[in-house]
Amino acid sequence: MATNISGLDTLQDIRKMMEKSSRFISLSGWSGMAAGTCALIGAAVGRHRIMTYYEREFGQPGQCDDCLKTDLISMAAVVFLSALFSALLFTYLRSKKDGVAIWGPTSRRLLWNTVIPMGIGAIFIARLLQQHQYDLVPAASLVFYGLALLNGSRYTLGEVQWLGYAEIVTGLVCLWLPGSGIYFWAFGFGVLHIVYGFSMWWKYERKEMDKS
Amino acid sequence: MKNPIEHLNRIFDSRIRLGIMSALMVNESVNFNDLKELISVTDGNLASHLKTLEENNYVKVSKGFIGRKTNTTYSVTKNGEKAFKLHLEALEKMIRSIY
Repeated sequence: MATNISGLDTLQDIRKMMEKSSRFISLSGWSGMAAGTCALIGAAVGRHRIMTYYEREFGQPGQCDDCLKTDLISMAAVVFLSALFSALLFTYLRSKKDGVAIWGPTSRRLLWNTVIPMGIGAIFIARLLQQHQYDLVPAASLVFYGLALLNGSRYTLGEVQWLGYAEIVTGLVCLWLPGSGIYFWAFGFGVLHIVYGFSMWWKYERKEMDKS
Repeated sequence: MKNPIEHLNRIFDSRIRLGIMSALMVNESVNFNDLKELISVTDGNLASHLKTLEENNYVKVSKGFIGRKTNTTYSVTKNGEKAFKLHLEALEKMIRSIY
């Protein structure tokens, strides 16, 4: 065993082991596409809700401001949960195919490092809502989400960092155009996720399908 | 001609030991069960290879507990890091000499 060790194989083993032990590489491209689709549907429904609210305002003064707010927040929650669920589902399927445990040290580290900035962002946004600073909510959610991705990218596919940068830039631009928050939301959480998911699928999973 | 593989380290010839070293190089520390899962070997096999690495002062062991369960974690020593890097350089040289 020891004498005819092939150098190239050995190097490949080393690289595989280093990657496998430090990064969670079973993130599926489908996850991104599914999450993006959820976000686009959510944005369309949300936009409809806002439009009907403002149309009615002409005729009927004294509408329920808080109803619109609760409606939009619960819509956002539904979108977030369904996106998270579909992302987990596709990643679970992929990790099963790869034979990697979804709940290992690498995924734990990935989760922890994305949850911290996201949690801080959630507290920040909750405070914004309390102070009725709704204009800043879309920008803040995009920026904090981008930071979370950037932080997590060290523990998973490196390309996640580009998605992170794109989300941050979208969020920052949104700061100066607060009135069109829902469109930035749709672009950041919808379009960017779909583009990212598709390119990851193209790069990593398409070839695997050819092989099998 | 100089022998291109003179710096190859015999200790790292085993795939299991190679796997252990690779995983430890990029992580601060890894516990026994995670190593076992990564390399997919049996307890006894992994333990004996870890012992060899430990005896050569390439790997540090620290025993601890999570609740009542033992949690043994391994990390690479300065010495081990140096030896593994030398081994990698030797491998690189060997491959370059082929192509």
